[in-house]
Amino acid sequence: MMLEIKNIKRVGSDTLESLFIEDGKIRGWNLSESASETIDGKGATVAPALIELHAHLREPGQEQKEDLASGLAAAAAGGYGTVVSMPNTSPVVDDPGIVTSLIQKADRLGFARLKPAAALTRGQKGETLADLAALKDAGAAMFTDDGRTNENANVLRRGMEYASGLGLLVSVHAEDATLRQDGVMNEGVVSQELGLPGNPAAAEAARVARDVEIALLTGARLHIQHLSTARALEIVRQGKKAGAPVTCEVCPHHLTLTDEALRGFDAMYKVAPPLRTQQDAEALFEGLLDGTVDCLATDHAPHTQAEKEKDMLEAPFGIPSIEVAFPLMYTRFVKTGKISLEKLLDLFTAGCARVMNWEVPSLEEGAVADVVLLDLENSKAVDPKSFKSKARFSPWAGDELYGWPVLTLVNGRVAFQG
Amino acid sequence: MGTGVKHLLDFQGWTVEGIQGILETADVMKEVLERPVKKVPALQGITVCTAFFENSTRTRTSFELAARRMSADVLTFAAGASSLSKGESLRDTIETLNAYKVDAFIVRHHASGAAHQVAKFSGKSTINAGDGRRAHPTQALLDAYTMLKEFGKLEGLKVTIVGDILHSRVARSNAELLDLLGADVTLCGPATLLPKELQKGRVKLTNDMQAAVKDADVVMALRLQQERMNGGFLPSMSEYALTYQVNERLLELAKDHAIVLHPGPMNRDLEISGSLADSERSRIIAQVEYGQAIRMSVLYHLLVGKK
Ligand SMILES: [Zn+2]
Repeated sequence: MMLEIKNIKRVGSDTLESLFIEDGKIRGWNLSESASETIDGKGATVAPALIELHAHLREPGQEQKEDLASGLAAAAAGGYGTVVSMPNTSPVVDDPGIVTSLIQKADRLGFARLKPAAALTRGQKGETLADLAALKDAGAAMFTDDGRTNENANVLRRGMEYASGLGLLVSVHAEDATLRQDGVMNEGVVSQELGLPGNPAAAEAARVARDVEIALLTGARLHIQHLSTARALEIVRQGKKAGAPVTCEVCPHHLTLTDEALRGFDAMYKVAPPLRTQQDAEALFEGLLDGTVDCLATDHAPHTQAEKEKDMLEAPFGIPSIEVAFPLMYTRFVKTGKISLEKLLDLFTAGCARVMNWEVPSLEEGAVADVVLLDLENSKAVDPKSFKSKARFSPWAGDELYGWPVLTLVNGRVAFQG
Repeated sequence: MGTGVKHLLDFQGWTVEGIQGILETADVMKEVLERPVKKVPALQGITVCTAFFENSTRTRTSFELAARRMSADVLTFAAGASSLSKGESLRDTIETLNAYKVDAFIVRHHASGAAHQVAKFSGKSTINAGDGRRAHPTQALLDAYTMLKEFGKLEGLKVTIVGDILHSRVARSNAELLDLLGADVTLCGPATLLPKELQKGRVKLTNDMQAAVKDADVVMALRLQQERMNGGFLPSMSEYALTYQVNERLLELAKDHAIVLHPGPMNRDLEISGSLADSERSRIIAQVEYGQAIRMSVLYHLLVGKK
């Protein structure tokens, strides 16, 4: 069966073209063959589907916040073809059986493709390694104790060594918990004025420094999640120069929001690591431009409305953003001329693939047909009520954004159509 | 009538005139409290809810008495004693209380910002009776009022606040208010409990007790919580007392007319020497008394004519 998507533009071109897809693969461009099915792209811009390396889908155990169906549908609506889910569920994904069942269920759903991350340590307790080889055999894409921090440096070292023998990387939530203490927001002028317990930038930088040293020591691949501070980014930059096999991601909320957002005491803005200062946000953006930052990841972290309407100390950490990440970044940074569309797409697609050592996605003949159509012409306001995610709040609610995905194909089949 | 401000969450959005209005009306309320019948009809028909998510018998008593003396109906909610609020979001609790046709909320909560959230969720006039480390505006007002009664003006007064500044809503609110009213505020304590970001305007920070108390008109000691030892903020209680206790010897450095304040409850002979607390320099009992008048005045300014 052949699918033709007509009237679409390649990035950087104004020509309307047709993309042909057959058996889940790209067949070619502007073929003279006739397709059994045609979709009119109406002038949208086409790109490889986005890749998400960091989403909390909450299944199993916290389905009131999100489940595979809502989370993967949300991902497809956000233009994502592939999602790496975090293992800090209940129970923790530290058992090969859970990995298998998650993948099978996601396959049946037919939204974005799921690549579950598994826990690095049993129960994410940071004490003993999980059965990493068995987890890999079941389909685990990487190992991480995200949701928690790896306090024991030796356990992390052994985990990284072991995982590298399996050809997989370890990713870390880099934050020194003894420095972070009970901080609920960035420690600084705003936290002192608001009287909220602060989390110092040094908690991240100190831990990143330690972890970069372990990567240098072991030569094993390490990926640092959701960097939020200028200092930590600088340490990664130096580490890369010194030859450490380190990659890192940043999140749209750390690039577009600061701790000033907490002034209204809305727990919606409570996130870990916290929203930092304007200088930090600018430094992170510099990191995107100079290549220190390898990819964008959302750290999509849905919660129920009731949980986010608790007080600032009790409300859980997390901002859901998988459905708005691309339009947000496009509107704030490409429309304003700060970064090129090519570069932004690279950070959402090929950059992620390179981190994972996956085949770099393309739209050339023979490539897997993971494709997204983006409407770069028309704006639409962010409306959390229309989210496919179970989370119904967004820091960007009401913002007029450009670049909304209108069609997402995964393996050549429609996973989302707007 | 009143200030045109709907809430007293902190002093943001408040003008000097608005605050002076509250301090002036407190004189009238003080006079009411000296009458044989200590009651006025100002808030008749108005229902005030004291929503206390954190225990504080004294503050709650002070607010409830203030409301009743102005003929308001009082709905008392204490989270500890109620099945309401357990596992429930702050919003749900407030909406439930709101359904009893409450006109105003008086909120005490362990989390900074909770009073702001209550104001938002309820849509009703909200008074912050202490939220986390954030603010305790009526305490600051009664402290300012105590100083005003003593010295006749606040402008140029040197006020020194000693202790755990980091965790203190009293220190934050006092610094905010006194700075607005023209006093010079010095915050003093060990470096672990002194957030350097609070230094701005006329507010100064120091670790040096001698320098802090020198020529002060007012010295306020803050309550030191036992948890500060466990949190590693301080080596020991005895070392703290040795270095940062407000006592007679230290007060010799202050002006001759200097007075001593404490927001209560006191740890005698820890942050303040018991004998100083009982001395003629102490205005600690006056603070409690003025607290009544100030809270009546605040309720009056926020609620009268709003129904
Ligand atoms: Zn994390």
